[in-house]
Amino acid sequence: MSASQETVLMSGHIIDSLVLAKVLDIILMMGGSFDIQDMQIGKTREDSSRARIFIRAASAALLNDILTAIQPHGASIEREADCQTAEAPADGIFPENFYATTHLPTQVRLRGQWVDVDRIEMDLGILVDERKSRATAVTMGDVRRGDRIVAGREGVRIIPLQRPRERDVFGFMEAQVSAERPHGHIIADIAARMGHLRQRYRQGQPDSKVLLSGGPAIIHAGGRDALTWLIEQGFIHLLFCGNALAAHDMEADLYGTSLGYGLTAGRAIPHGHEHHLRTINRIRTIGSIEAAVTSGVIRHGIMAACIRQGVPVVMAGTIRDDGPLPGVITDSVRAQSAMRAAVPGVGLALLVASTLHSVATGNLLPATVPTVCVDVNPSVPTKLSDRGSFQAVGLVMDAASFLSELVRVLERTA
Amino acid sequence: MTRLLVCPPDFFGIEYEINPWMRLSNRVDHEQAVRQWHGLMRVFEQDLGVVLERMTPVPGLPDLVFTANAGVVVGRTAVVSHFRYPERQREEAYFEDWFREHGYEVVSAEKGVCFEGAGDLLGFPDCWFGGYRQRSDIRAFPGLSKRFHREIIPLELIDTRFYHLDTCFCPLSGGELLYFPPAFDPYGQMAIAERIPNGQRVSVPEDEALKFACNAVCVGKHVVLPSGCPATERLLQERGYDTHAAPLDEFMKSGGSAKCLTLVLD
Repeated sequence: MSASQETVLMSGHIIDSLVLAKVLDIILMMGGSFDIQDMQIGKTREDSSRARIFIRAASAALLNDILTAIQPHGASIEREADCQTAEAPADGIFPENFYATTHLPTQVRLRGQWVDVDRIEMDLGILVDERKSRATAVTMGDVRRGDRIVAGREGVRIIPLQRPRERDVFGFMEAQVSAERPHGHIIADIAARMGHLRQRYRQGQPDSKVLLSGGPAIIHAGGRDALTWLIEQGFIHLLFCGNALAAHDMEADLYGTSLGYGLTAGRAIPHGHEHHLRTINRIRTIGSIEAAVTSGVIRHGIMAACIRQGVPVVMAGTIRDDGPLPGVITDSVRAQSAMRAAVPGVGLALLVASTLHSVATGNLLPATVPTVCVDVNPSVPTKLSDRGSFQAVGLVMDAASFLSELVRVLERTA
Repeated sequence: MTRLLVCPPDFFGIEYEINPWMRLSNRVDHEQAVRQWHGLMRVFEQDLGVVLERMTPVPGLPDLVFTANAGVVVGRTAVVSHFRYPERQREEAYFEDWFREHGYEVVSAEKGVCFEGAGDLLGFPDCWFGGYRQRSDIRAFPGLSKRFHREIIPLELIDTRFYHLDTCFCPLSGGELLYFPPAFDPYGQMAIAERIPNGQRVSVPEDEALKFACNAVCVGKHVVLPSGCPATERLLQERGYDTHAAPLDEFMKSGGSAKCLTLVLD
């Protein structure tokens, strides 16, 4: 994308003269698109105004035509400089004044060329390999002494998100966090995306994976069957969770309870509180969840569906975990790396009923990935949005209702 | 009292082609041109009581007669033009000298930016308009706006026959605008309409616009315009202006008329 975008500046009495409007119209009429990155409007008639316009075109030739057409109207190309780098002074330490990333698509200018930053993610640094003309987002922990890290803001540009072609709920790119709003159309839009992505995934197309990051409330609330169905039908391609979701899912299979409560009877079962411990102990005895499923000990549910469908599961542990289950990564830095490694290729993320996993997953996702955060507690989508994942659509509702409604729509349309 | 800078047409002629009106084959009748120029000056001096400052003509600079393009004068400051075509760039030094010798603070247009003076910068007391695309660059205006604390609305000139703003746009002393709308695109026409209300805009018919009816000089309630524009004269008279038609067709061969031959000094 580096060849087909440019930033131009305009100044003067560009508003009332409609010269700005004319330039923007020219860009659109020629088939380009634009974002106004900065706008200062004069306070009085004598004051002039300034605009900084980011222009995007499908090809370098078209961009050049657009720039040629708008330059006579006073749009001049912004002066550009290469990015500055500094050496990491030690392993795990960024140089002073390192550039901290956002999760928006980002480019750095290396020897006069704009280069995309690979694996962009918020709150990282940018590692530059000048010989290969490559730039990659890098965590503080992964940086090695002597690495060239981008410093300062010069020669770094952030590409604003393009409005998606689909005119669905994700097109607005705003977190709708309210229990008062109707959910039906949002769920319908998510279902439509999932249907489309499943088709693309089966054709081996890029960025077609659907990630679900979930908490144990999915099981408690009665969303287990719905999620199992979604996995079995090929709508989910990657699962992030903790020890609890997996443990309660398999507890339900072995004992019919979730954290000791009978899932069908809806009341506490005598000694039910032991069930999840006995489940964990059982799986630990067998050695792995996969072995428990393939040997027929675990027959139904989310974990069984993931194993049978070949859906990768990344389980990240927490301090209060019992056991944990085999496969749960208890080193949080390692867990973060494992999640990060699985994220490329995700085209839709569903963050359901887990504060910690939702925020952690949100932090790893580029802003270009449509994201939905579902929780009964409005503070979760709000927190996610406050932590920078502004692209996430918030849905304040119970996990089981969400998943069941999603299944209902997909069953109807599939 | 109005003072105008003019330059006698001693060396006027067509020696190159830099606008659609100019044809080397279309020779100027020099004696006729001189008669027409003196006729115009008589109107200014005798009928309107205007004070004329006469520049010394220079051989080899046939367009020096078109003093509207010398620059713009605001108070005691003169911004000297930087012409788009090399043929006229040689005039810049002579205009600059004249301003200096007459005590003006001389400011040059921004380096590398074309600006053709009062030919492309016209206006009302509060709001100025700047013509661009044909001769002046739009980039000339923000600096002038800042220097003179005036709003300058840039207007794209879309018809090469109306290559300077003063060929199709003439602000009048009563706040009306005499103009030829098709010389501007819809954006320009809307921007003009935004600043000048409907009743104040006077549209010139095309046949008279092509005789440069808008290349007129307004002094108080008098308007001096090229002859052959009766409809425009009627429009002006209806609004209480006295019209003075001057035969200037020899200068039209070069793409200039009454306004192009003058520069307002005060």
